[in-house]
Amino acid sequence: MIFSAYFTYIVTYLLMTAGLFIVIARGNLIKKLIGLGIFQSSVYLLYIGPAKLVSGTAPILAQGYSVYSNPLPHVLILTAIVVGVATLALGLALVVRIREAYGSIKEDEVLAEDKANTSTTGHA
Amino acid sequence: MSLSSHLPALQVVIPLASAPLALLIRQRHLCWALMVFVSWVSLAISILLWLQVSDGSTISYAMGAWAPPWGIEYRVDSLNAFILVLVSGTAALVVPFSLHSIEHELHQQQHYLFHTMFALCLAGLLGITITGDAFNVFVFLEISSLSTYVLIALSRRRQALLASFQYLMMGTIGATLIVVGIGLLYLLTGSLNIADIGTRLQSVPANRALYTALAFLSIGLALKLALFPLHQWLPNAYTDAPSAVSAFLAATATKVAIYVLLRFYFDVFGLQLLESTGTLMLLMLLAIAAMFIASAIAITQANLKRLFAFSSVAQVGYIMLGIAISNESGLTASLLHIFNHGLTKGATFLLLGVVAYTIGSTDLDRLRGLGRLMPLTAFGLLLCGLSLIGIPGTSGFISKWYLVLAALEAGHWWLAFVIVVSSMLAVAYVWKIVEVLYLQQPDSGAHLQRKPVLTMAIPTTVLCIATLYFGLDTRFSLGAASAAAKVLITSITGAAP
Repeated sequence: MIFSAYFTYIVTYLLMTAGLFIVIARGNLIKKLIGLGIFQSSVYLLYIGPAKLVSGTAPILAQGYSVYSNPLPHVLILTAIVVGVATLALGLALVVRIREAYGSIKEDEVLAEDKANTSTTGHA
Repeated sequence: MSLSSHLPALQVVIPLASAPLALLIRQRHLCWALMVFVSWVSLAISILLWLQVSDGSTISYAMGAWAPPWGIEYRVDSLNAFILVLVSGTAALVVPFSLHSIEHELHQQQHYLFHTMFALCLAGLLGITITGDAFNVFVFLEISSLSTYVLIALSRRRQALLASFQYLMMGTIGATLIVVGIGLLYLLTGSLNIADIGTRLQSVPANRALYTALAFLSIGLALKLALFPLHQWLPNAYTDAPSAVSAFLAATATKVAIYVLLRFYFDVFGLQLLESTGTLMLLMLLAIAAMFIASAIAITQANLKRLFAFSSVAQVGYIMLGIAISNESGLTASLLHIFNHGLTKGATFLLLGVVAYTIGSTDLDRLRGLGRLMPLTAFGLLLCGLSLIGIPGTSGFISKWYLVLAALEAGHWWLAFVIVVSSMLAVAYVWKIVEVLYLQQPDSGAHLQRKPVLTMAIPTTVLCIATLYFGLDTRFSLGAASAAAKVLITSITGAAP
């Protein structure tokens, strides 16, 4: 009973920590972006979960419906999803450019090449 | 309805609408002319707004005529009008500067993208500042952040790509944490209007969700405002970005995040909660750590842009220290330092833009004897350095003076000592610059690659003079800062039961 009452919160928590862990622990830039996506998705659930009522409908007055879900968080998350898509698109575009400039999408390899470059030429 | 009653909306709509316009125009000189016009109109609007609220009144503007707290409210009081003037004023100087500055730092066919993104960034920062709606803060935060990532990545230096990517990671995590905090506040109160959340929270007994919201918002905003140790994105971003972008970001971006923190801390959570949870103590410790550690790291840097970026992290520490002291003089000192440090760092990075344009580098070992090659620029850098230390006669002195006074007033005499000692570290890194610029001989083959141009010289001079002027005549800065601090203090006492 308690588990089902807190189900969305538990999933939110798991997604949030998993996403953040991937961002921190992975050196591959694409995997980092995937982690970031998961991290952001957890927030969508945090907003939507409490707003949805069991058997609740869209708040349109009509015969036979008296339980409504809260529409505001749904709309807010629509905005947040758009922001998330834009962030992901920009991140992927940056990874493409990084791959063109360095020939790698591993963070440590890119950093190592930057270091090697500045030590030989002094200034790039 | 006259036009003047729509000023709060126009403040954001004009830069926002100019972004797609610049994208359509594409011709780089026309885009630049458009942006000069837009940034100056923005400055005029923010000054008008500031004049309207300078008597302590509040302008409430219902977006789309939906009455607050249901609709989105734009709310101007003497606190955010002050920040609006800083942001749009910096933009009005940086945009003219950018014409020649980006010529060699960006590919020419991308100049219109620079102006588009700059317009979006300006709209975002102004939007964060002016809005009274918590979720709207997040949306504008992302508008300004996403455009900033692009602005940094536009630089020709390939290091800028990774700097931008790292900033995107940190910035998005920060923004997501903020949105979690706002979501929890919404679940607690059922409102998204910041002032309304504050009033409704008074009838909510402190509980775990409130503490969690405070923690999420604090850490998310600490990431955005580059509070030590969450500052890692800042040095790379400032170093690798085009000069005009560094100048604009250094003067405004972190300051706006600090403003959001002030709003949430004092209008929503209230001083009692901040004290009982130890948030202020933690802020104070991190601020002191920033003042010492970031200044010490700045001493070891070989690139001037990076050096001043670390100095920015240290200066954020001073601003946060004033907030942590949290009496009226502490807040006044913080707001004063937001303004004065914005001027000083804006001037510094514009000067570095001039150096990058004429010398082609901001590495210290390429700048030997700059005092002889470019006496005025070198003198400007010296002036900004003195202001960062807090020498009397510069604007940096005024804010540090008030910070020390606030510390004494709160009975923390040891804090006054800490402020003075940490300023010694600033002396060390400024001395390092002075030594290179004035005491070392120029390399025999050293010469200016290009002559400085008027569009760069004028904005830079204006900011340098402002750095001096606000050190001598504090009527505007101190008056505005103390009026803004009063707004915060009254909202605390109003919130206390």
